[in-house]
Amino acid sequence: MKKSIFLGTLAVAGLAAGLASAQTMADVQARGTLKCGSNEGLAGFAAPDANGNMQGFDVSLCRAIAVAVLGDAQAVEFVPLTSQTRFTALAAGEVDVLVRNSTWTFSRDTDLKLDFVGVNYYDGQGFMVRKDLGVSSARELDGATVCIQTGTTTELNLADFFRVNGISYEPVPVATNAEGQQQYLAGACDVYTTDVSGLAATRATFENAGDHVILPEIVSKEPLGPVVRHGDNAWGDIVRWTLNAMIAAEEYGVTSANVAEMAAAPTMNPEINRLLGTEGELGAMIGLSKDWAVQVISAVGNYGEVFEAHIGENTPVGLARGLNAQWTNGGLLYSPPFR
Amino acid sequence: MAEVTLPPREGFRLSQLLYDARYRSLTIQVVAAMMLMLSLAWLVDNTVQNLAALGKDFSFAFLWSTAGYDINQQIIPFTSQDTHARAALVGILNTLLVAFMGCILATVIGVLAGVLRLSKNFVVSGIMTFYVEAMRNTPLLIWILIVFAVMTEATPQPRDFREGGGASMILWDSVAISNRGVFVPKPLWGEGSGVVIAVFLLSLAAIFVLRRFARKRQEQTGQQLPVFRLSLALFFVPALLAFFVMGRPITLELPELGGFNFVGGIQVRNSLIALWLALSLYTSAFIAEIVRSGILAVSRGQTEAAFALGIQPNRTMQLVILPQALRVIIPPLISQFLNLTKNSSLALAVGYMDVRSTLGGITINQTGREIEGILLLGTFYLIVSLVISSLMNLYNSSVKLKER
Amino acid sequence: MTNQSSVAFVRRDIIPPAPPPPGQAGVLKWMRENLFSSVTNTLLTILSIYFIWSILAAIMPWTLNGVWVAGSLTECREIRDARGLESAACWAVINERWLQLLFGFYPTDDRLLSSLFYAEPLAAAGGLEAVFGAGSNATARIEFVNAMKADLSNLTIFFFGYWRPLLAVALLVVAVAPILYASLPRRLLLFSLAYPFIGVFLFWGGSFWGPMTVALGLVAALYLGRVVAGGYGLLGGGLAAVLAFILFFLNPLGVVGHTGLFPLFPHVKGVLDSVMPLGLPAIPSDQFGGFMLAIIIGTAGIVLSLPIGILLALGRQSTMPFIRWVCVTFIEVIRGVPLIVWLFVASTLLKYFLPPGSSFDALLRVIILVTLFASAYIAEVVRGGLAALPKGQYEAADSLGLDYWKSMQLIVLPQALKISIPGIVNTFIGLFKDTTLVVFVGLRDPLGLTNAIRATGEWNGIYWELYIFVALLFFTFCFFMSRYSMYLERKLQTDRR
Repeated sequence: MKKSIFLGTLAVAGLAAGLASAQTMADVQARGTLKCGSNEGLAGFAAPDANGNMQGFDVSLCRAIAVAVLGDAQAVEFVPLTSQTRFTALAAGEVDVLVRNSTWTFSRDTDLKLDFVGVNYYDGQGFMVRKDLGVSSARELDGATVCIQTGTTTELNLADFFRVNGISYEPVPVATNAEGQQQYLAGACDVYTTDVSGLAATRATFENAGDHVILPEIVSKEPLGPVVRHGDNAWGDIVRWTLNAMIAAEEYGVTSANVAEMAAAPTMNPEINRLLGTEGELGAMIGLSKDWAVQVISAVGNYGEVFEAHIGENTPVGLARGLNAQWTNGGLLYSPPFR
Repeated sequence: MAEVTLPPREGFRLSQLLYDARYRSLTIQVVAAMMLMLSLAWLVDNTVQNLAALGKDFSFAFLWSTAGYDINQQIIPFTSQDTHARAALVGILNTLLVAFMGCILATVIGVLAGVLRLSKNFVVSGIMTFYVEAMRNTPLLIWILIVFAVMTEATPQPRDFREGGGASMILWDSVAISNRGVFVPKPLWGEGSGVVIAVFLLSLAAIFVLRRFARKRQEQTGQQLPVFRLSLALFFVPALLAFFVMGRPITLELPELGGFNFVGGIQVRNSLIALWLALSLYTSAFIAEIVRSGILAVSRGQTEAAFALGIQPNRTMQLVILPQALRVIIPPLISQFLNLTKNSSLALAVGYMDVRSTLGGITINQTGREIEGILLLGTFYLIVSLVISSLMNLYNSSVKLKER
Repeated sequence: MTNQSSVAFVRRDIIPPAPPPPGQAGVLKWMRENLFSSVTNTLLTILSIYFIWSILAAIMPWTLNGVWVAGSLTECREIRDARGLESAACWAVINERWLQLLFGFYPTDDRLLSSLFYAEPLAAAGGLEAVFGAGSNATARIEFVNAMKADLSNLTIFFFGYWRPLLAVALLVVAVAPILYASLPRRLLLFSLAYPFIGVFLFWGGSFWGPMTVALGLVAALYLGRVVAGGYGLLGGGLAAVLAFILFFLNPLGVVGHTGLFPLFPHVKGVLDSVMPLGLPAIPSDQFGGFMLAIIIGTAGIVLSLPIGILLALGRQSTMPFIRWVCVTFIEVIRGVPLIVWLFVASTLLKYFLPPGSSFDALLRVIILVTLFASAYIAEVVRGGLAALPKGQYEAADSLGLDYWKSMQLIVLPQALKISIPGIVNTFIGLFKDTTLVVFVGLRDPLGLTNAIRATGEWNGIYWELYIFVALLFFTFCFFMSRYSMYLERKLQTDRR
């Protein structure tokens, strides 16, 4: 049935052979949509609503990049990727950018030939247990059964943590977060471990969320961020600075509500002016329009707004800013200057 | 046939390669071989180029680096500090384990269901028809998920086995069925248990010899020995005697609740049970159909002929129908075993660490060696299926109708 | 009548048969013979009935008490508690998301929906062009569509929003019917041949001339081949057809680095597009999903694998050792490795084997690998059909002096394929069930969608209802297919006797 498409693609492939790799930007513009590798489903970060529109924290970053490059927050195709297929899909060029709770590690950045261009969420691996187990520290978990998602960094961290502390455990690998939750709730494992954000998102949906606690130990650093292919630095810059623009906008108090007003005329703060394009030509340096940041912020919002809308304390996920507060508030978010 | 006029010998002409049936097949084969070589070279060349563009190489060195992850279900000892190669081996053994167990259970259920489906009892055959149709027409993956969900929901948690939890162990507190798996006693081999085992093995050999002897005797003299009772006695008595003489060297370690979970005994994990059950139930539906059609394929005249000779009904089944039905049943049965083995690669859905989940899953994901990993994985499955199908061919040639 | 007087009484009519004694007729007899004929049988019957009863007792209250209208799992639980029930299914998730499970994120035809059922708000928003036209605000459009869908019933959206996939599936049934039922007029087979192009156009949209030009190219290549074969023999015809095909679809000058002239395909399509623009909105493959995806992958896999499978089967029986060896190796390698490994090849490795820069989307790669996979199985089915044919048929064809291809085409294959149809249908059922495995490579099949649905805040933690719905979908489809194949087997059996 698909014969014609197959042949058509062969024909196109014949035409397009010899395409250089370092032109993601041109590809995206020619295609008119951004292909964003996303989670198949993780509450608060990426999930479809009843009409099939993707919503979430990671999804918003994709939309922001689409606004910056194409001027349209809806011009994104979300390609669902499993934790096992995500990096190969990116390396193979099936997606332009991967925003899928991926941890920045040395080997991924180097050996897998990928580039992590920033951090949009500082996370760490934690443990969730039932309150009535009476456990107050992860070091008391000797002999526990632990549910864990395979294909992630968490299983390496878990093995390291228990080995270093000299205590034993029994891993129960699960394929998806939904399954881990089902197993944990049924009592097939004592502990569910994944990134703390994921734990909070999962716990938020429990019938009796109060019966479960997240233990204080954070056993790993999990800086999650957008990933692009190694070697296309111009594209990497666009993704990096779109993220930074959202972070900087929050720092300088630029929101989706006031951005139009602030961009109308130069303000007193030259940093804001450069960000919003009322001063200098920063946009042109990365091949974007002068007011790209204005468009991004008005369409998607600044980092804080996105956080509050999808995973903040007023949402079911209910995450505190913690490490993800601005550096001025004691967090780790620190955008390099727009200069 | 006295005179055969040979056509005048002509020299070989190039056009014969195309128009002469004697040479044309050679031409076609050479052209096909060249095209095959060219396309293979094209694929390899593309791969080399693509790998170079990504800055990757083709090497199996990753197999000897530290795996870093733990595997719960292990037949040979494995820790996170072992190599990826050993993790792959653990996975291979797990695949073979579940496939082996699955083949046995699937055959048992399948034969039962197939025979019962032929039953005249409307209720029984109706249930079996429903069972077979439901299994055969729904994807295996859904069955695996459903069986796993049932296992997780329907069995008690270990904490329920505490005082007032509402669950209790069965078989004199030796077996616990929980949603983390079934805990069974583990034999501890004390000093002198080797003797007991040796005696037991010897008595097994004795049973075998006895059966051959009894058969020969019956063929020669027509007298029957009480083979069953003698075998039963041989099976139990010497081993039990040795057990008590050696001072009861083999003891059982019972599973007990301790800490978070049961401690001691052998844990048969839920993932293994769920995968095993789902694979067996699914495959047994196909086996049931094979058995049913195999029995139906033996013509009714055979039964009638056997009855006419005065052979009793169950001897008829044993001596006349089954040997003929088996000839029809066994080949597709073995290909079902093959399917079951390949289907065990769905283990990931329940988190069972088979070779697809270790080598083809976590290892590939941690090391980024897709080509090498999938190549190894494919080779493993290929070898298994070639071994099974060569067994089938051996069987086929051994039961082939000896036509004269 | 001689001794009439000596006999006191002669009955002149036959006594009507007496009713059988009670217990020897009707339901009672049937029950005694079938259900209670022996102690074992009685025991079996009682056990079976108890078994059925206990299962129904466990499942039915949960199923029948199900909550059908609720916005989230929490609401479901509240309704259940308010009704004082112990357990109740939350069918509301199916009620809300069944369209998604059927079609994935395949876009609805919002222009049609809004102009038919949402005319007033559409006019208020400025008409079709203002909302959906080029340059309209995407965010506003999404909001408009969301508001509209909230207003319309799911059934309306099903019939009018998804008319393209529905029409494509309906036409698929029409196209398959003449193959499956021999009594239908043979002329319908022409439609079956055209269907792949129509189906592709309906599912993927884009320019109408895309699939049409491809069809045109294929027909032209075949026609040219036939014409040349008339003058220069089979070999010349074959070469001409291949050459025409290459010129039309590939770029033979690419070897020397020249692009632009060949392939002819885009040129022809461009001309047709400019003369008469005609088409539907294009829909990229990554928006395909749900049960529709299973149908597309299954059907495409079988249809495309048929020719390959037949060639492989013929190759396996060939007298040429090299050809036979290649076919056997291919078939055994494909069949020896599980589909899931092939799907991983599709999702991760295929890219490496193709020239740098060529791109296929994920669905297409999966279809390619599924086709190769299915062709090995089809080859074995067809081989069975070839083997089942009496040897006399081959010999008759040879004695008529037909060459290999003619004898295959006219004598052997028509009979062998007819015998193989049940096997092909069974292969299709197997393949169709196996399409659920694409969830492991990230395609949104029904099982993948259950994961996505469970990731939303409202439906987190629900699974039985979703699994049951998906299982029933597959069961219904496969059950009727398997009934059909059984019917066909019976029919073929009587044919041969």
